[in-house]
Amino acid sequence: MSQSHSFDKSYLEDGTGFKSWFFTHDHKRLGVMYLWAIGIFFILAAIASFLIRFEHLTPGQTIVDAQTYNVLFTLHGAVMVFLFIVPGVAASFGNFLIPLMIGARDVIFPKLNLYSFWVYCAGAIIFLIALAAPADTGWTFYTPYSIDTGANVILVTFGVFVLGFSSILTGINFIVSIHKLRAPGLTWDRLPLFCWAAYATSLLQVLATPVVGITLLLLIGERYFGLGFFDPAKGGDPVLFQHFFWFYSHPAVYIMILPAMGIISEVIPVFSRKPIFGYKAIAYSSLAIALISFLVWGHHMFVSGQSKLINIIFSVITFAVAVPTAIKVFNWLWTMYKGSIELSAAMLYSLAFIFLFTIGGLTGLFLGALAADVHLHDTYFVVAHMHYVMIGGTVFGLFSAIHFWYPKMWGKMFDEFKAKIAFVLIFIGFNIVFFPQFILGTLGMPRRYFNYSPEFATLHQISTYGTWILGIGFIIMLYALLRPISNKAEANPYKSASLEWAMPSPPPTLNFEKIPTLTASTYDYGTKLEQEA
Amino acid sequence: MPFMKFVKSLALPSEMLPPIIEEESHFDPETEHSAAKLGMWLFLATELLLFGGLFAAYAIFRAKYPEMFLEGSASLDVVLGTVNTVILIFSSYTVAIAVSAIQENRIRLVKWMLWITIICAAIFAVNKYFEYSYKISNGITPGTDIFYSIYYAATGVHMLHVFIGMAVLGVLLKKVNEGRYHKGNFTAIEIGGLYWHLVDLIWIYLFPLLYLA
Amino acid sequence: MNWLPTSASTFAPEVDFVLWLVTIISVVSCILIGFLLIYFVIKYKKKSDNDQTPAITHDSFLETLWTVIPTILCIVIFIYGYVYYDRYTTIPENAYEINVTAKKWIWTFDYPNGKKTLGELYVPANKPIRLVMTSEDVLHSFFVPAFRVKQDVIGNRYTFINFTATKEGEFVVYCTEYCGSSHSNMLAKVHVLPELEYLKWESGESAKTSKIASDMPLDQIGKQLYSDKGCVACHSLDGAAGVGPSWKGLYNAKRVFTDGTSAAADENYLKESILYPGEKMVEGYGPVMPSYKGLLDDAEITALIEYIKTLK
Repeated sequence: MSQSHSFDKSYLEDGTGFKSWFFTHDHKRLGVMYLWAIGIFFILAAIASFLIRFEHLTPGQTIVDAQTYNVLFTLHGAVMVFLFIVPGVAASFGNFLIPLMIGARDVIFPKLNLYSFWVYCAGAIIFLIALAAPADTGWTFYTPYSIDTGANVILVTFGVFVLGFSSILTGINFIVSIHKLRAPGLTWDRLPLFCWAAYATSLLQVLATPVVGITLLLLIGERYFGLGFFDPAKGGDPVLFQHFFWFYSHPAVYIMILPAMGIISEVIPVFSRKPIFGYKAIAYSSLAIALISFLVWGHHMFVSGQSKLINIIFSVITFAVAVPTAIKVFNWLWTMYKGSIELSAAMLYSLAFIFLFTIGGLTGLFLGALAADVHLHDTYFVVAHMHYVMIGGTVFGLFSAIHFWYPKMWGKMFDEFKAKIAFVLIFIGFNIVFFPQFILGTLGMPRRYFNYSPEFATLHQISTYGTWILGIGFIIMLYALLRPISNKAEANPYKSASLEWAMPSPPPTLNFEKIPTLTASTYDYGTKLEQEA
Repeated sequence: MPFMKFVKSLALPSEMLPPIIEEESHFDPETEHSAAKLGMWLFLATELLLFGGLFAAYAIFRAKYPEMFLEGSASLDVVLGTVNTVILIFSSYTVAIAVSAIQENRIRLVKWMLWITIICAAIFAVNKYFEYSYKISNGITPGTDIFYSIYYAATGVHMLHVFIGMAVLGVLLKKVNEGRYHKGNFTAIEIGGLYWHLVDLIWIYLFPLLYLA
Repeated sequence: MNWLPTSASTFAPEVDFVLWLVTIISVVSCILIGFLLIYFVIKYKKKSDNDQTPAITHDSFLETLWTVIPTILCIVIFIYGYVYYDRYTTIPENAYEINVTAKKWIWTFDYPNGKKTLGELYVPANKPIRLVMTSEDVLHSFFVPAFRVKQDVIGNRYTFINFTATKEGEFVVYCTEYCGSSHSNMLAKVHVLPELEYLKWESGESAKTSKIASDMPLDQIGKQLYSDKGCVACHSLDGAAGVGPSWKGLYNAKRVFTDGTSAAADENYLKESILYPGEKMVEGYGPVMPSYKGLLDDAEITALIEYIKTLK
């Protein structure tokens, strides 16, 4: 950590060995380590989901018994949510990109950034040990089941609590960085949309996470000290737990999806050679979505026993959040209008995002409508809806980012052709897995069911076959990414106008030899027609 | 091409930058100070929301079981609670003096004030210990009823914050003794002080809600 | 392919209407967006590195259009969702009230005249019914797809479902709130009877007794009772250990109890275990089984024992 930060050495070459990574303050290295971590957890949780789907190949027992099944879906949900998708794009690409995009040498608190990573690792270890114990509560820890069960809920929730700390610290770091470290000329209305999205995400992380923190702390108290808040046997109220839980976990949905929306807003202009359409609408709708998302948690609880009036209010606000989301979709679409569209792998994932996220969003309308939700709540329809948003949205966004910033991150080029084959398989496989689940849901198949009646067998089987295609797609994608075809990447292979491409690939440790001064928007593509500068 | 224009704009000599000496000094002290304060305020916001959950639970259950809350509240020791409130308010005052003293380089005064604050916190903790043990010896535990669940959870989480605050102030005191802080470098003491004010503030809400209901 | 279950309540067609409405809106929107995506990709495909593109950054007309239209659609969907929901949750006049108690993993139904059934709910057709539900342990949720009704069931308070069945027949009830290892076996049946037949059943003349009176062999009746009365939730038939002991090979097997004593599972032991399950706890199992006293008559218990005997 001495004088050696010359600008002709990339951040990847600046020190080798475990210590140079695990004690680094470099936001890029931390971003890369987060990416590896969430990648590993994604694979772990995906394996659990393949087992779950395999179990559903036949009604009754196929490979595991009911209790093991419950443990598997808890493992799948909890790891996907708390270890993969909540830190997900924000911690990995947020760390890697935000300082590069705002023209800074690092985040504002580099040491704190490292501590957040350690806290994340510590939380992950505690969490995994506890889940393997095993835990059978589902990722939502609903009381009183989580108070009664023999599983080690204290350790699981403590793990989530620790992970929450990491989330809060990262959020604070990003917000303050974006406020204080923007390069000269990088005004708020020139800020890349990924940074806007990360900013909105960070606000949610900072303001929502403490609520789940106290909720889980109280749950630990219920089990350890005999507190009675959530236990009906002691005069407590299990519905209150759900209110607390979803007060965090609904904004958390946007913690998961907003950064992916930011990625789409970066990728589409580059491969359409057009400025992003409706910059302000996208930027402000990110903030609008973030704020409104604090007011819609009750739509997870339409049949939980909360009052009718509250249900109606939550339904109204839920529809209010649908509108800014629709606006974003049309803005991305119109960015392509009259463009010069290149179908790179990154672009394909972004386009698939638009389509799948649209399906995910539209099926949300079913669930927001009170009468329809009474029927669809807690059925496979919800499972399908949520996966269309989380995989079709967030994961496709993440994949788009992995392909798009691959040259910048690793200084290498992957094989576009293999990546595209992987994309096709993943896209088809994904739809085969989850589309039938919409129909299963409308037919009344409840979620978290180990056993099901034979009338649902065909749809379940189709869904299971889809996972195999999806799995092959993942493997090909990994192969394409792990076996680069060139070890030399240009500084800016995609001719992006964004700041992170205005430096060698991979970037030097301190990013900018001179802090740049910006004179134009980061979406400066195309020929100006008339007006403005 | 616009892109080339953009790249050229990057190459223009921008304002003079301080040379890079060591890793921590990417940013000028001014930015660092204001950033640290903004970061701390954000952290305080998360703390408020953490307790916000407890306050919400209090409101909901109080509406549901009003008599239980009146009875429970009457059983708490108002005198001890008042003493503790006065102690915490006083400690907030001493930490505020420490923050202003460091900016005038009055290091001895800073040390004294930090010591007094820590001792106040310790007295608070001892009082709380007697309160808890008296309750528990009378068979009143967190599981007795919802009021005591709230009482133990809220004061317990607050107590945890008092301990963390003591640790933070202790570290600050140690560094002051080492001569690390002075007129030109007092951000840490300022944000440490902010944290202690929050601990105090939360107690000021908890006290009337629990003891004077 | 049919994508909706049978519609058998007054609420069902209303839900289906909302489902159809949103489906049509969704399909049209999806086709529109999918079409535009593909059309743009083909029409504006990159031709060379020097393609000239216009720097369009906004278009007030289009932006207004795609703000206003979704807003209107959202309002329409909300209104339909709300109106039907309002009708569904309004307490009907002269509702026939049935108490429902959920417990891991069995539903119990108490009727106004003191009658009690397990795992089987009998209701008259075309008459408003109100279920008053509570749970004895964790959360459960009462879901009848054919009626399109669902409501969580919670301890220490009551929740409600209103419905009017329109079709006679037998409909499945699912538990839709995760409640442990036998969650997916926590099923029940709703029998919708014509009103006259229901009155007869209620006064104890038909239905229930008819099962025994029928000329089915005893063990076959036992098999029927095994699934109808909720035994299936905890006792397997294939030797797999569940919440309770498997019935396979149970008859005359040696049982070791928690107090160290043991006995053979003969007819009297089995009957005692059905009526007073807490009396003799077998090693390794918890006291979770409810007493079936008053829920099964002697003939039914005999049928169950006969059935157990056949499971070798």
